[in-house]
Amino acid sequence: MWKRLSVLLLLAVIMSLAVSAMPAFAGDPSGLKTGGKDAYDALYAGKSVKDAIGHTAVALNFVWVFLAAILVFFMQAGFALVETGFCRAKNAAHVIMTNFVIFAIGALAYWAVGFGLMFGGAHGIASLGGVAPLDGLFEVVKGWGIFGTKGFFLVGGAYDVGVFILFLFQMVFMDTAATIPTGAMAERWKFSAFCVYGVFIAAILYPIYGNWVWGGGWLAKLGSNLGLGNGYIDWAGSSVIHGVGGITALAGALVLGPRIGKFNKDGSPNAMPGHHLPMAMLGTIILAFGWFGFNAGSSLAATDLRISVIAVNTILAGAAGAITAMLYVWRRFGKPDPSMTANGMLAGLVAITAPCAFVGSVSAVIIGGIAGVLVVLSVLFVERVLKVDDPVGAISVHGACGIWGVVSLGIFADGTYGAGYNGVRTAVKGLLFGGTQQFYAQLIGAATAIVYTFAVAYVFFKVLDRVMGIRSAREDELVGLDIPEMGVLAYPEFEYRGADDDFQRQPSREIAE
Amino acid sequence: MKKVEAIFRHIMLDDVKLALDKIGAKGMTVTDVKGAGKQRGYTEVYRGSKLTISLRPKVKVELVVSDDLVEEVISTIAGTARTGEIGDGKIFISDITEAVAIRTGVRGEPAIN
Repeated sequence: MWKRLSVLLLLAVIMSLAVSAMPAFAGDPSGLKTGGKDAYDALYAGKSVKDAIGHTAVALNFVWVFLAAILVFFMQAGFALVETGFCRAKNAAHVIMTNFVIFAIGALAYWAVGFGLMFGGAHGIASLGGVAPLDGLFEVVKGWGIFGTKGFFLVGGAYDVGVFILFLFQMVFMDTAATIPTGAMAERWKFSAFCVYGVFIAAILYPIYGNWVWGGGWLAKLGSNLGLGNGYIDWAGSSVIHGVGGITALAGALVLGPRIGKFNKDGSPNAMPGHHLPMAMLGTIILAFGWFGFNAGSSLAATDLRISVIAVNTILAGAAGAITAMLYVWRRFGKPDPSMTANGMLAGLVAITAPCAFVGSVSAVIIGGIAGVLVVLSVLFVERVLKVDDPVGAISVHGACGIWGVVSLGIFADGTYGAGYNGVRTAVKGLLFGGTQQFYAQLIGAATAIVYTFAVAYVFFKVLDRVMGIRSAREDELVGLDIPEMGVLAYPEFEYRGADDDFQRQPSREIAE
Repeated sequence: MKKVEAIFRHIMLDDVKLALDKIGAKGMTVTDVKGAGKQRGYTEVYRGSKLTISLRPKVKVELVVSDDLVEEVISTIAGTARTGEIGDGKIFISDITEAVAIRTGVRGEPAIN
């Protein structure tokens, strides 16, 4: 006992000595003394105060855009989970593979060609230091830009920190658009043809329209050229990303045709439930999470404090869309379908993506709420009237609600933000606040998105179908695409049954010992 | 020897196993099955389209027992798995001509005891 007591006494003495010795180490636990004039001298030696402030502001914006870019990158996981969860188990490896590899294909195609076409003339982004090297824009007539001419492969003058941060951000946006059709065309899209599509959308289809809206092209200049408000505006891409993605999905699904067994001879549709609802719901939450980067990040500036309004509008619209979709389905079909509720949240997020910077929270809730009902009606319309098979609702979530998003901007923009946007001095105002010109600009941009995207995508898929066939073989589709096209089963330890058990397909090749 | 094949509701499986163990009927093979007899399926709506499930999930328990145990096994299973609602299931009895224990090579009744 005495031994134990003396050990404790010794410990107590040592600890009090240590504690009382601490002030001698002179740290800064409150933070009040760190990073003042000394930091300025150390980091900006010899530079003026103006230089220091300018550099620091741009640095802050670089960090902001970087964080937003990685949030949007993570949306790839969201899409992969949503689409795989909404499809059948026998195709799970195939569906998730298309969602996975589209990122890689798109990233490289955009790096090589797409980014240059879209942002070749995008100099002047002050928040990122000006991005001066991107000063090549092809205009048919002065002020009517069609595509960019600089920045391919990010070499030469494009090897610039500002260009690179812009590329990072824009690349993850492009890949969001590229991955949308993989949902509508799932379970019967031949993988080799899909790879060709990946190159095409990233290199040509997406960047051209993107240039018209964000790259200094003619849609953005409708304000300065024709007096239509601030020109066509799409803050974060309700049309550039989601509209283009959704309409491409429609064109592709039309050319592809419905899954075997989806429609009966009399045209009535059969339900084909997804195999993993929790996966799909988790994916939806991940998408909502990434949307903070999608919308708020599109300010390209942390110094622009409007990002708080943007972020709140975004999440409120998503919540409103989920609720109205759920209530509508509950009322009409008797139960609150989780899959439609998830689509509803995404619909709200898609719709608010264009107007989020220009509206107040009440408008955001209204826009999202309308999108929630619109998406349900659109799913029914696409399936029952157009007779197009869309396993995940991509055409409705992204196409229909994306168009609603850009139109809603022309209605609800309240004039509290956006002065100078697209080179027009005044703030952005919609129909309800006296901005009829802006509303017309939005209609023109929306119509352009629909016509351009559908025409180009439909022709592309038709030609591709002629050249190599875009649909999987019938036997492969029946048994499940995992083995025939991927060579692996998503769930090898679980027995799975194809839709047509009579049909036995042999492995496509013998394994050599 | 007789094979007892019992198809009944999943939620009854634990009770049936316990009850069979109590009467000395050791050993069984259990599979997940789908089926329908008198019990109708149900119709739901999935994303606006009708979804009809006509085969309900059930559990199938197979055991091979000596002839003198059969009646007791039948009444144990039926008594434990019964709820009184349509869909309680069925029990089928068939003859087994031979049984072999893989580990010892023993045949006949000793193999199933």
